[in-house]
Amino acid sequence: MNLFGKLTAAAFPQEPIIIVATLFMVAIIFSIAILLTVKKRWTWLWSEWLTSVDHKKIGVMYIIFAFVMLVRGFIDALMMRGQLAMSVGDNHGFLPPDHYDQIFTAHGVIMIFFVAMPLMFGLINIATPLLIGARDVAFPFLNNLSLWLSVVGALLLNLSLSVGEFARTGWLAYPPLSELAYSPGVGVDYYIWSIQIAGIGTLLSGINFIVTILKMRAKGMTLTRIPVFVWTTLCSMILVVVSFPILTVTLALLFLDRYYGMHFFTADFGGNPMMYVNLIWAWGHPEVYILILPAFGIFSEVVPVFARKKLFGYTTMIWATIAITFLSFVVWVHHFFTMGAGANVNAFFGIMTMIIAIPTGVKVFNWLFTMYRGRITFTTPMLWTMGFLSTFTFGGMTGVLLAIPAADFQLHNSLFLIAHFHNTIIGGVVFGYFAGLTYWFPKIMGFRLNEKYGARAFWCWIIGFFTAFIPLYIVGLMGMTRRLNHYEVASGWHPFLVVSAIGAVIIGVGILFQFIQIYVSIRDRKHTLDNTGDPWDGRTLEWSTSSPPPFYNFAHLPTVHGRQPYWDTKYGEGAVPQRAHYEDIHMPKNTPIGVLIAGFALVLCFSIVWHITWLIPVSLVGIVGAVMARSFDHETEYVVRVKEITEIEGRRHK
Amino acid sequence: MKTGIKIGALMLFVSGMYYLFYHLAVGQNLGVMAPKGQLATEEWMLILIATLLMLFVVLPVIGMSYLFAWRYRAENTKAIYTPEWSHSVLLETICWGIPIVIIIILGTITWTSSHELDPYKELVSTVPPITIQVIALDWKWLFIYPKEGIATVNYLEFPEHTPINFQITADAPMNSFWIPQLGGQIYAMPGMRTLLHLVADEVGNYPGSSANFSGDGFSEMKFIAHSVSRSDYDTWVVNTQHNNRELNSEEYTRLALPSTSTPISYYSHVEPTLYESVIMKYMLPPSSMNSHIKSVSDTHGMNIRESIPTTEVQGKEGMLIERM
Repeated sequence: MNLFGKLTAAAFPQEPIIIVATLFMVAIIFSIAILLTVKKRWTWLWSEWLTSVDHKKIGVMYIIFAFVMLVRGFIDALMMRGQLAMSVGDNHGFLPPDHYDQIFTAHGVIMIFFVAMPLMFGLINIATPLLIGARDVAFPFLNNLSLWLSVVGALLLNLSLSVGEFARTGWLAYPPLSELAYSPGVGVDYYIWSIQIAGIGTLLSGINFIVTILKMRAKGMTLTRIPVFVWTTLCSMILVVVSFPILTVTLALLFLDRYYGMHFFTADFGGNPMMYVNLIWAWGHPEVYILILPAFGIFSEVVPVFARKKLFGYTTMIWATIAITFLSFVVWVHHFFTMGAGANVNAFFGIMTMIIAIPTGVKVFNWLFTMYRGRITFTTPMLWTMGFLSTFTFGGMTGVLLAIPAADFQLHNSLFLIAHFHNTIIGGVVFGYFAGLTYWFPKIMGFRLNEKYGARAFWCWIIGFFTAFIPLYIVGLMGMTRRLNHYEVASGWHPFLVVSAIGAVIIGVGILFQFIQIYVSIRDRKHTLDNTGDPWDGRTLEWSTSSPPPFYNFAHLPTVHGRQPYWDTKYGEGAVPQRAHYEDIHMPKNTPIGVLIAGFALVLCFSIVWHITWLIPVSLVGIVGAVMARSFDHETEYVVRVKEITEIEGRRHK
Repeated sequence: MKTGIKIGALMLFVSGMYYLFYHLAVGQNLGVMAPKGQLATEEWMLILIATLLMLFVVLPVIGMSYLFAWRYRAENTKAIYTPEWSHSVLLETICWGIPIVIIIILGTITWTSSHELDPYKELVSTVPPITIQVIALDWKWLFIYPKEGIATVNYLEFPEHTPINFQITADAPMNSFWIPQLGGQIYAMPGMRTLLHLVADEVGNYPGSSANFSGDGFSEMKFIAHSVSRSDYDTWVVNTQHNNRELNSEEYTRLALPSTSTPISYYSHVEPTLYESVIMKYMLPPSSMNSHIKSVSDTHGMNIRESIPTTEVQGKEGMLIERM
């Protein structure tokens, strides 16, 4: 038995680009460690943040995590655009195929699993309990564990950059290419385990938020009174719970193929690669809606506040959300019409896909009619919303186009498809989350984000987006397929790809402005402090508590009489909450078990990837032991006394 | 005033981009946008019609979003303000109605076009069709003309106005067979046979490629589909039949080894059962298991590491290769 399994010196970086990237990562980790040591912040970091079960802190950590990974994923994007802008004719660019193939795979995996998902969970964590008037989520410890499992997934992926390789298969790792016969290296194994572990975290979060929303709403908040964001979160989490097990099982079967010579998805011995393609999209399509539904919810919160007008068509919005939730499960075949399933099957799935455009269109109309006869102020969240309305409708249109099987035969797997899904994911998901981020930032941090840099970031993003992706629509129609790393001069694609690369750089400037925005906002926070707890004249419960909220969120659990509980309290018939009398509050204790389990999971996955057989049972015992330790710990809560509450509340109301 | 400048700059940007892209595209091979075959033409018309139909909704929506944003901006205190208005049966009916109507129209188009433009459907023509068997290999295309007994690599030649029946498979990871100017793509999958029916309306060189990523050499997996006159085609077939290069099982095994930028080559004789055996080797019963995985793995010999489950690789030289 080899002590290190398949891990040898050859696994460590040899290519200059990768060596530099590795050194860069190590340097960053070291400088953060030094900073923490110098400032004596290790204990603070550990006890206040890493082990925290407070949904607000977990949300903040999710968002920081997402932004770190955004930088990584975006560098991948820049490298791809750079390669394609150069690699024409005799020039083969700066990335050899085996490296380039890892980059586009990593870009896809990172952007979906480690940017979009953590941003979504960050915002859901921050907002949901506050929106429903709760003090925390249903399972605070599980919430912490989910975060760390996602982080472990990302760590594993980043580790593959320096130790070994990542998958060279495309972000969904279709077999038989991802099978041992064609991908003998550890790349696909890294892929499998990084997604498996993050997927388990996601599934736990899904359960957590469904229970939170269904069981922990404030008194009087019936299902027809909960804010639209909470509704879309609920539907999104239902999709998580239904679809993520499919992903887990599919990847587990691929794992069995690769490790134990089974033949679920191999091309031979009765294996069926197209079964994998079906299964992965049976998860993959709902996944798209998992991401977009909360973004729709954010727009439904942002538009009424900044148009100073009640949301138009609340009930319609809810029904549209539910319709999308159901329909998202009967459209997956549109990702592979070209498999040759036959006209009836293709037409069915094509039409089901188009039907999703109906509830989506309805939502767009509802936001428009919310703006209609309102009083709109164009703060950054509203800018993102406007950007969304024009970008996303366009992306929706190209989506319906791709849903027509006969048209899809000409557009599938071309850069037209790439342009389409970036159009909906950037224009819908990313813009939505950025809107939510700017909108809820003052609630969590206690001061607003800088508007000037927010607007600059927005304009760079939207101009950059169109500059980068309109050319891709065109070269797609000219016949350029995705995942190419080299092409001929005669194709005529080169100038378009140069324009596209410029667009990517403009988006990069936008991201830079976002970081500057955060820096400037922290620097100038004295001018944008939010002492009222209600910087935007909001309508929902989160604005009724202070910014940042006390760790218990609400001193009195609110009672709700309508769809805009806080607005009614301020301006309407709603009763003014009584102040006088506080009661003891039970809060969950911080716990290191989540970090511990995740740490063992990291070791477990790493040792499976490298076939370090002795370490697998050791880390498994570690995980089980940690879970048992947690199960026998009965002191998971503590009591916040009236005295402390009175003190905290006194500071706010002085 | 400031807003005016912004709108002006935006319009300038949009029209500049339009002019730039138009200028860049003129004179280039426009692929899907310059169809040269019946299927491609009808698919392109379908794309245009569907786009126009949708623009009827999309453009007003985008226009409305800007109009409302401008008209109901906070500074414009003259505009009507109805903060409590949030429900209107009429408007909500319209909200649902317009998308439903559009989708009913598009759904009908989808249903009929899916059947009319089904790539599996044989094209109606007075000219008898030509059958070409396509095998996607790592990383090149092998085309077998079973009736003519010839084969080519990375090059297709066929007469114009003649329906071509493509029978597609792969002896490699999944690829997708695509000639944009002639019609839509179909997956090429190992152990399976898919069909595609194309016709070229005129003489010309049409670039073709794989549209589904299949590994490191994927980018160079290109070929030329050359449509010629009937007499040129006949001459070409006769010439190819005389070039005395045989595609037997040894030659095929050699050809199937992973390679990139494979030059165009021609074969005058092709083993008649080659195509079927390439498909059937993935269907072999478990009794021939050992030999079989060997043959699949062997084509990737350069990548093979000790990680392959040992019991299975230790088989003898493949029965498959003997069979061929």
